[in-house]
Amino acid sequence: MLSHITPSVLAALGGVLGILVVASLIAALLKRLHPDKNYTELIQRIRSWWIMIGIFSGAILLSRTASILFFAFVSFLALKEYVSLIPTRRADRRVLFWAYAAIPFQYYWVHEQWYGMFIIFIPVYLFLLLPMRMVIIGETKDFLRAAGTLHWGLMTMVFSLSHAAFFLVLDGARNPAGGGAGLVLYLIFLTQFNDVAQYVWGKLTGRHKIIPKVSPNKTWEGFLGGVGTTTALAMVLAPHLTPLTLVESLGAGLLIALGGFIGDVTISALKRDIGVKDSGSLLPGHGGILDRIDSLTYTAPLLFHFVYYLHY
Amino acid sequence: MLQQFFFVLIVRPLVLIVIGLNIRHRERIPLKGPAIVVSNHNSHLDTLVLMTLLPWPLLRHLRPVAAKDYFLRNRVLAWFALNIMHIIPLEREVIDRHQDPLAACSGALQSGDILILFPEGSRGDPEQMGTFKSGIAHLAKRHPDVPITPIFLHGLGKALPKGEAILVPFFCDVFIGEPIRWSGDRSSFMTSLEQGIKTLAEEGYRPAWE
Repeated sequence: MLSHITPSVLAALGGVLGILVVASLIAALLKRLHPDKNYTELIQRIRSWWIMIGIFSGAILLSRTASILFFAFVSFLALKEYVSLIPTRRADRRVLFWAYAAIPFQYYWVHEQWYGMFIIFIPVYLFLLLPMRMVIIGETKDFLRAAGTLHWGLMTMVFSLSHAAFFLVLDGARNPAGGGAGLVLYLIFLTQFNDVAQYVWGKLTGRHKIIPKVSPNKTWEGFLGGVGTTTALAMVLAPHLTPLTLVESLGAGLLIALGGFIGDVTISALKRDIGVKDSGSLLPGHGGILDRIDSLTYTAPLLFHFVYYLHY
Repeated sequence: MLQQFFFVLIVRPLVLIVIGLNIRHRERIPLKGPAIVVSNHNSHLDTLVLMTLLPWPLLRHLRPVAAKDYFLRNRVLAWFALNIMHIIPLEREVIDRHQDPLAACSGALQSGDILILFPEGSRGDPEQMGTFKSGIAHLAKRHPDVPITPIFLHGLGKALPKGEAILVPFFCDVFIGEPIRWSGDRSSFMTSLEQGIKTLAEEGYRPAWE
């Protein structure tokens, strides 16, 4: 069953499990030491982490197909949350249906390792198809807004995220240390780690606001601290999970840290535009699914093309 | 038994995975009968969602009150409505003045069931709330001790509006209000019920949909 998993991937999953156990113990300890303080959100957050990491690890360990299905499902949830959040036109119900229908196709190309189709399906074919479908329906009021917002959603929630899944089908022989699953783990772990690192550095040392109009809690100190820690960790983990050399892993770390930050603030800008604090309520303690995968919408395609160009 | 299969294999996956609910004030859901659940009505999905909301063992005590002329119009639909959904058929047009149209509803409440009722009477325009019909007031007056829980639903009319056959997934809001009881006066009762649902509607953010 575990033939598609290398020992270092197993070790990395064990490491993540260890971090979760420690986080849960710290939360329990905090609650006991300060019974007067409210730790509900922290505890909910950690509980949601357990569920997300449980499902993710289960899919990774089960098989490559299960892992691809996992990412397809995440894309589905993300696109659904997005179209539930933005203004849509009543006339576009059937257009939205085709946007959803793109998800199984996109992940099927991934499963079949059809790189050419994977890379043009949404940016070319869906980009051309959806406005055509809108025109056939014939509603012209807010046409541009509808076509633009829907394509942005498909690019972000489906096209970008599906890059994480394409790591799984890359030639395993070129990455003997980690295989496809190793690169996925490298991407997801570092992206989420970067979120936490930027948050913690910001809380501890943050003073100078970096982008106050979009995200008033983000600071230069948090950002730079995150970049430093994430890049260092990217260099430590690279030989175990990826084919990257030391210098390349430095670039990968910077890419994830920077890309993660930008992904985070673009979704913040979207939420600020719409006027909501959380994108949904799917993940207690985190908010919606977009609140969790925001950074990944940038890091997944960026890291993928970096690694693909250098090694595949 | 058939009803349980239908709900486990089809309705729950549909409601929880394909659609997805954003539930507020879950603790206000009635946990035992007799009780009445009242909500705005935009889609056939409304009943299915409300039925998955209530605790599992209560499923066979849930009785959606539904239009007789619509749901019993052919044999297949009638079989489904009566045996799977356990509806209480209601005459929308009262022809015989001597017959009590609410007798079946009263009977169900007396035997401890939970009624699901849509006072708008029909699904109407998607995501627009129509005026409430006062049948619910007659029922409340007869059963002044039965709690009536208002629920606001949003999004199901976008996912599957009247007259459409293709379901398009949207996350849907389910906001549950404090139960109210018969106030002793029909118009004040109807106002507080409608107001209850409108107040719930104001709790959430809803994007434009035109």
